[in-house]
Formats: sequence, C-alpha cells, structure tokens
Amino acid sequence: MTTRLLAPFTWLGSHGLSMTQGLGNWGSLITDTVRALRHVDVWGRLLLPQLARIGVDSIPIALFIATFTGIVLALQASYTFTGAIPLYFVGVLVGKTMIMELGPVLTGLALAGRIGANVAAEIGSMKVTEQIDALETLAYPPNAYLVVPRVLAGVIMFPAVTILAIGMGITSGWVTSLQLLDMSTPQFVRGLTLFFFPFDVWFAIIKATSFGLVVTLVGCFYGFHTTGGAEGVGRSTTKAVVVSSMLILVLDAFWAVLLL
Amino acid sequence: MTIQLDDLHKSFGQKHVLRGFSLEVRDGETLTVLGPSGSGKSVMLKHIVGLLTPDRGQVLVDGQNVGELEMNDLYDLRRKVGYVFQLAALFDSLSVADNVGLGLHRVGGFREDQIRERVRECLHLVDLEGFEDRFPAELSGGQKKRAGLARAIATKPKYLLYDEPTTGLDPLTKAVIDQLILKMRQELGVTGLVITHDMESAYRVSDRIAMLYEGRRRFLGTPDEIRGTEDPVVRAFIEGDPQYLERRETTVEEAS
Repeated sequence: MTTRLLAPFTWLGSHGLSMTQGLGNWGSLITDTVRALRHVDVWGRLLLPQLARIGVDSIPIALFIATFTGIVLALQASYTFTGAIPLYFVGVLVGKTMIMELGPVLTGLALAGRIGANVAAEIGSMKVTEQIDALETLAYPPNAYLVVPRVLAGVIMFPAVTILAIGMGITSGWVTSLQLLDMSTPQFVRGLTLFFFPFDVWFAIIKATSFGLVVTLVGCFYGFHTTGGAEGVGRSTTKAVVVSSMLILVLDAFWAVLLL
Repeated sequence: MTIQLDDLHKSFGQKHVLRGFSLEVRDGETLTVLGPSGSGKSVMLKHIVGLLTPDRGQVLVDGQNVGELEMNDLYDLRRKVGYVFQLAALFDSLSVADNVGLGLHRVGGFREDQIRERVRECLHLVDLEGFEDRFPAELSGGQKKRAGLARAIATKPKYLLYDEPTTGLDPLTKAVIDQLILKMRQELGVTGLVITHDMESAYRVSDRIAMLYEGRRRFLGTPDEIRGTEDPVVRAFIEGDPQYLERRETTVEEAS
C-alpha cells in the first residue's frame, strides 16, 4: 500500500534525476568541446575531410530534394493564383518560400538523417569498441579529435549546402514556370525580385548555421553516450536523428519569432 | 619508480567492483593479474591511465597520483604508458601505419619520414611488416592484437598494460602474443602489467602473478608459488574446476 502511494514520487524522483544527469552531460559536452578548440594541432588536420564528408557528399541529396520542391512550389502557386492574382507572383512564392523556409528546413531535415545518423553511429561504434578510450590513452582529447571537426564542418557546410539547394529550388521553379505554366523569364524574375530583401538570405544562413550546430552536436552527444554494443549503436543513431529533426523544427520557429 | 595501487574502491551503481584492491608493480617486471570474468580486472587497469577515477584509494604512477592530475599532466603521464586493448581498439578509418603513428603525431617533434621509420620498426618488432597500408577490417584477430601492440609501443612507453591480450585467439597465436610480451620486456625493458584469465599465458609471461577476487587481492606470488598454493579459491581458478571449492568444503566438514 505504502509502495503504491509512493510510486508517483519515486517516478518523479527517478525522472528528475535522469533529466538532471542528461543536462549535466550536455553541459559537459559543450564545455569540453569549447575547451578542445585550443587543440588546433589535433582538429586542424581533421577539418578538411569532415568538410568533404558533411558538406560536399551531402550536395546530391540536398539538390535532389530542392529540385522537386521547386517544381511543386511553382505548380501549387499557379494553381492557387490562377484567376485571382497575376501569375508573376509564382516567382514571389517560389523565391520567398525556398529562401526563407523550405530551403533551410528541408535541407536541414535531410542532413539530420544523413549526418546525424552518420556521426552518432561512427562515434557510438568507436565508444563500444573502446576506440575512444584508445584515443585517450594516446593523449588525444576525444572532443578535439571527434567533436570539434564535425561541429565546425556542420556549422560551415550546412549554410553552403543550403544556399546551393535554394539556388537549385529556384532554378527548378523557374524552368517549371517556363515549360508548364506559359510564363516568361522576365515575369518570373519580376516576381522573384518583387519582395526580395538581402535579409532573407541572411535569415536562411542563420537558420542553416544553427541547424548544422544542432545536428552535429546531437550526433556527437548520442554517439558518446552509447552503451551496449550494436543494439546500443542503433538506439543512439535513431535518437540522434529524431532529436535533431525535432530541434530543427523548434529552431525554425524560434528564429521566426526572434527575427521576423 | 613503479605503478602502485592502494586500497582501490570502485562502484558502478549498486555494483561494488573493487573493494580495497592493492598492488605494486616492480620496475622491469611483468606482473599478471588473474581473475574470473567480470571481477574488475579491466576496471583496475583503466584506473592506471586515468580512464576511470577511484571512489576511494589512489593510483600512483612514478609517484604521481593519477586521480589528482590536471588534464595536461595526465596526458604527459599517458605518454609513458602503452595500453593494449582486449579487442585491439584499432581505429577503423585509419590504415595500420596511421594507427601506429597516431601517438607519435600527438607527441610532436617528429618529421613525417621519422614517423614512417618508427612505424616500420614497431611493425617489424611485432612481425607485421608489409601490413602498413591494410585497414583493421582486413586483419585477423591475432594481427589486430599485434597491430595494437605496435601502436602501444610506438611512443617508447616505460609501462605496458595488456588487457586480456590472448583472449579469443587460437593456441598458436596465443603463444606468439606471449612471446611478444616477453620480447617487449627483454628488448625494450618495459614494465608490464597483464590481465588475463588464461593460466598458460600467465605462467609463460609472468615474473609474479596476483589474483583479483571479489574486489580484493586474493593472492600474490611467483608462478611456482601459485602452482603450489593451497588457497581453495586460487586452486579452483587455476584448475578450472568450479566443484573444487564444494569438494574441499565437504572434505573439511568430514575431517572435523
């Protein structure tokens, strides 16, 4: 009877404890990573390969998604506007939506799957096979070797890939407008430039940078806290993708509230 | 100067793994710590390089208290200690040569050609010449262990810690690894601490043997002394006979 009465408190206590521990683990990952920035001799030579893996290798998937998003945006805009709004507003919708919302968010979500899973699985496997312990015994700070190059590469390459994706989305929207909507290039460009502000691009870059930071940090976090062999690696990978995707959507709203 | 473990205690949650374990490794010797699986041997070894910190007690390496060292001092100390991992823990994404040379890059002050030469020397010592460009996935279990040993000796450490170096190997490869452990002491003069539950290997490589049982040191002596010991727990372990303890208890009861 007493045990049943105390059950909610036990539940609250144990969940509170694990949440505090989780926050502590996050705090220590972030402070250790900031401290590890001074070990340029360790992460400096690892940055270039990570820029290639996280950025260059992600370009095809980002461009693929952007191409079809641009086509759909142009067609849906035309469907919505026909008979009510001048057709050159297709350019407005394609441009604004690709730059400010779908370019950064869809690229972020695609890269959360690709990069978040990759980082968590790689570091998680290293954890369960004692490779991270081996790094420490060779006097390498693990955060400098594993976290810093991945996070820096994410922060640098997510905006770069996003800009390419935005360019591709607008291009595919333009081609669709020409081929399927009987629009001319000057019409599309008129719409594209009508409400364009340079701030829109900065907004996209700020969002993409924050997505890069979150996806790589979350991947590293779950990788470092992997336990229990292959099953544990699978669990960490799933968590990394789910949590970073959720955080992308939360950050998307956060930047909109803060900057718009 | 040596490795000294004083009254080491370590718990993980409710599990009290080490309960006052003490040991001193003498300069130049190879000491083996025996113990059943899960008895805390690897936990004990990880304390020596600061991968774990004790709940109570201390680990002294060359007089320095490992648990109290600042990070930079800990890294300096780790450069004096080579660690051979149970499953080698080679970095999958690096070739054998890059694995072996990684520690030298960290130490710094070496030109690329000097690192290549040292890597070649280390691989020669463990009979892995010609394997420089292979990746860990392309190596057999024994070759991985040898590559792990080459990586551990690349920075010319004063101490070598071996975590179950012969586990999972065939008898012939086990003998090869044992010979390498002996060679490390004879040719490089390193002080070795081996943990294993393989008695044959322990007899072959050790100057002294200790046994870790229920978190404490149960036995310490030479290979001849452990062969002749009457301690029932040690006898049950070295004879690989779990019924030994029961039989002995019955005999003692009957005699009394």
